[in-house]
Amino acid sequence: MSDDGEIVVVGAGMAGLVAALRLAEAGRRARILAKGFGATHLSGATIDVLGYTPAPVMSPAGALPAFVAEHPDHPYARVGAGVVEEAVGWLKGHLTDPRYVGDLGRNFLLPTAAGVCKPAAVAPQTMAAGDLRGGGPYAIVGLPGLKDFYPSLVAGNLALATTPAGTAVGARAVEVDLSPGGRVDAGPLGYARRFEDPRFRADFAAALQGRLAADEVLGVPAVLGLAGAEQAWEELEARVERPIFEIPTLPPSVPGLRMFTVLMAAARRAGARVVIGAEVVGVETDGYRVRGVWSGTANGRRFYPTAALVLATGGWAAGGLVMDSHRVVREPVLGLPVTGADDGAARFLPGYLDHHPLATAGIAVDRWLRPVDARGAVLYDNVRVAGATLAGAEPWKEKSGDGISVATGYHAAMSVLTEEG
Amino acid sequence: MEDPVRASLDHCVKCTICETACPVAQVTPLFPGPKYEGPQAERFRQPGASADHSVDYCSGCGICSQVCPHGVKIAEINSRARAAYKAEVGAPLRDRVLARPGVTGPMGSPVAPVVNRVMANGPARWVLERAVGLHHSAPVPPYAPRSFQRWARSHRRGAGVHPDGRSVVYFHGCSTNWFEPDLGRMVVAVLERNGVQVRVPDQGCCGLPLQSNGLFEPARRTLRHLAHDLAAGGGDEPVVASSSSCGLMLKREGREILGLADEDLRAMGERTYDICEFLLDLHDQGALDTDFRRLPLRVLYHAPCQQRGHAMGTPALDLLRLVPGMEVVESAGGCCGIAGTYGLKKEKYGIAMAVGEPLFEQVRTGNPDVVACDGETCRWQITAASDHSSVHPVALLFWAYGLEL
Ligand SMILES: Cc1cc2nc3c(=O)[nH]c(=O)nc-3n(C[C@H](O)[C@H](O)[C@@H](O)COP(=O)(O)OP(=O)(O)OC[C@H]3O[C@@H](n4cnc5c(N)ncnc54)[C@H](O)[C@@H]3O)c2cc1C
Ligand code: SF4
Ligand code: SF4
Repeated sequence: MSDDGEIVVVGAGMAGLVAALRLAEAGRRARILAKGFGATHLSGATIDVLGYTPAPVMSPAGALPAFVAEHPDHPYARVGAGVVEEAVGWLKGHLTDPRYVGDLGRNFLLPTAAGVCKPAAVAPQTMAAGDLRGGGPYAIVGLPGLKDFYPSLVAGNLALATTPAGTAVGARAVEVDLSPGGRVDAGPLGYARRFEDPRFRADFAAALQGRLAADEVLGVPAVLGLAGAEQAWEELEARVERPIFEIPTLPPSVPGLRMFTVLMAAARRAGARVVIGAEVVGVETDGYRVRGVWSGTANGRRFYPTAALVLATGGWAAGGLVMDSHRVVREPVLGLPVTGADDGAARFLPGYLDHHPLATAGIAVDRWLRPVDARGAVLYDNVRVAGATLAGAEPWKEKSGDGISVATGYHAAMSVLTEEG
Repeated sequence: MEDPVRASLDHCVKCTICETACPVAQVTPLFPGPKYEGPQAERFRQPGASADHSVDYCSGCGICSQVCPHGVKIAEINSRARAAYKAEVGAPLRDRVLARPGVTGPMGSPVAPVVNRVMANGPARWVLERAVGLHHSAPVPPYAPRSFQRWARSHRRGAGVHPDGRSVVYFHGCSTNWFEPDLGRMVVAVLERNGVQVRVPDQGCCGLPLQSNGLFEPARRTLRHLAHDLAAGGGDEPVVASSSSCGLMLKREGREILGLADEDLRAMGERTYDICEFLLDLHDQGALDTDFRRLPLRVLYHAPCQQRGHAMGTPALDLLRLVPGMEVVESAGGCCGIAGTYGLKKEKYGIAMAVGEPLFEQVRTGNPDVVACDGETCRWQITAASDHSSVHPVALLFWAYGLEL
């Protein structure tokens, strides 16, 4: 592929953002074309690498070699454990507000809005103090009217947990009497904007005055500001004189929005072009190469010639994989074969958490993330597939969602950069 | 449901992504946000019974529809709901006047010195605010003494333009005609510099201000009239627009928001180009003169919301980067708040200023020599709020070619 050609990345979720940023920062012209925003805006924004195999994973770095050996078709097996670690380390370097902590050596166990702890390798600094290893005791504070965040549910379930070392966990709920003021939206975004105001933070700290025991760690919904969240969190810790940790809420996710904002700004600064609201509706190919893509515009479609294509269109939820009413499964952009989903396969199974064949369905790739057919032959030399579109993983069971997107988005970019098609 | 705009609400999965991006909901509790106002409230709207008045606080910026990953036409749904609401309760005189630059222009322009003196006069502006609800600080530009069309009628084809070569129809829009005729002259000069013959048929308004003020019937008439004017005496050459929002009206909004299914309008929409889009296409074909002189300027480029609505990328950014010495930074996105006539209204002026504040702050701290922006009302808003001058990107190309008016 020619050195000066533009590289089109389809999708603005974690995988697409990572690929575009890595390419742009290496001096390549990258262009994101995305139908809309991706799961970043919904995500709890911890970087989950590997949490269950299904046995609980304490150290992703320790567990990965055996995991990839047992799951040769998993995206991690394609890119290799070393790349997973390298990619996550690289990403951490870009996440600045708030900074991220942790590594693949050890999983945090972080309380969710259901009060269950979720294993995550890397997390925003604002969440780290919730790690179950500390054993609490937790004071979980709720905010008036905040939708879908119930401190007594969080605390009640946390109190049923034990630390990995087997000790009991103390937890209780605290409600503060704090009006967000006026007709303000009591959703996570409305509160996040209020928390950007130092006066509101002072009121919040004052409302907790005398309500907490000396050893209690304070858990709050993840709404401590959008821009400048790290500063808001530090200031609040100083005010209440104890560790504070954020607990991800139901969407819209404030920490997800922060992560997206930081990565998108970095990609633009590095020179990436971004077109949102541009669905890729077709491609032009030349034998084993994609010459360019068509994307929908206000009055038709526009052709973008491309030296290489990174397909990061997400899974079923994002439209990267689709099934029609005849239960025929398709990858809509390139028409790639979808592995693991036979046309007409059952859509419904009796148990909600049963293993569903569609869960691991997706696009099969080689170790450079080029799409392959059933016999393993490469379909397009200059295409790379990344993120939730890939076959072989069950992210919500493994707790590997963004880990896969980061590792494969990064590897897709590196593969374009080094292998040159 | 056959109507694809309304039918799109069934694609909403309530993911809340649009909520995170709506600039208005971010700054005021008076507007409950795109998910609520769009796909949710729409289910409850019946002919003759608009759900509520908060829809009038939607600025129509269109960002929600751009970011929705499921293709819900949120802004379009809101726009139609506003029209139904206005039809029920009636639109104030102010909105009906602001919505008709094609009528006020010919009235204001001949008496430009008088009108301009009134609009630049503090106490008079307070009176206007009290009387009709036009905010006293809202950025209202002065009328030009001579309209662009008057200039165009007497303009002779530029040297170097071959009559059998490439030719375009120039859709200049009301603001170029009445307020910024120099921009129109620069557009013509830049196109002619590239050997493109420019036809400027007499033309009226595109109907966008009527549409955004919920006055759909006159908006439809106005747009049809424009399409007729632009088609007069021509073949099927490209129509080039220098206003990104008015160009979008021809490309899509007339069809999607106003629901016009006219075949000739659709065909014209398909051959409509934003001026920067057209020039960058010329460049891609190797047909753009890139003999620019050095222009050592620090430029902040801001793509207006309606420009992003074209989903054509940021051609202005790519063009400006061809100019040697020019240092171009892209704004971090966001909306300037004005949204056409929205931010001029007394009850919305404060919201518009709060919406634009992050952008104004970026201008103030970045302190560029000039802001480049494809939308006229956005330029006026940015200049008024940040005290930095702003120009259409084509003006920078014009100077970089060493051209003069
Ligand atoms: C509620 C929720 C919470 C989560 N929390 C976490 C968490 O805390 N930690 C974690 O590690 N993981 C989490 N995950 C999982 C994680 O977000 C995903 O696995 C993510 O990494 C997938 O990223 P992606 O880039 O592959 O796809 P997506 O984020 O789905 O992005 C796909 C992109 O492709 C675009 N697209 C699709 N088709 C087209 C087309 N034809 N043309 C143009 N663009 C197109 C979409 O618009 C979108 O921009 C969560 C997921 C959800 C839903
Ligand atoms: S972004 Fe689209 S799908 Fe999501 S809530 Fe908004 S309208 Fe619904
Ligand atoms: S058009 Fe703009 S103001 Fe209106 S709901 Fe959508 S994002 Fe909000």
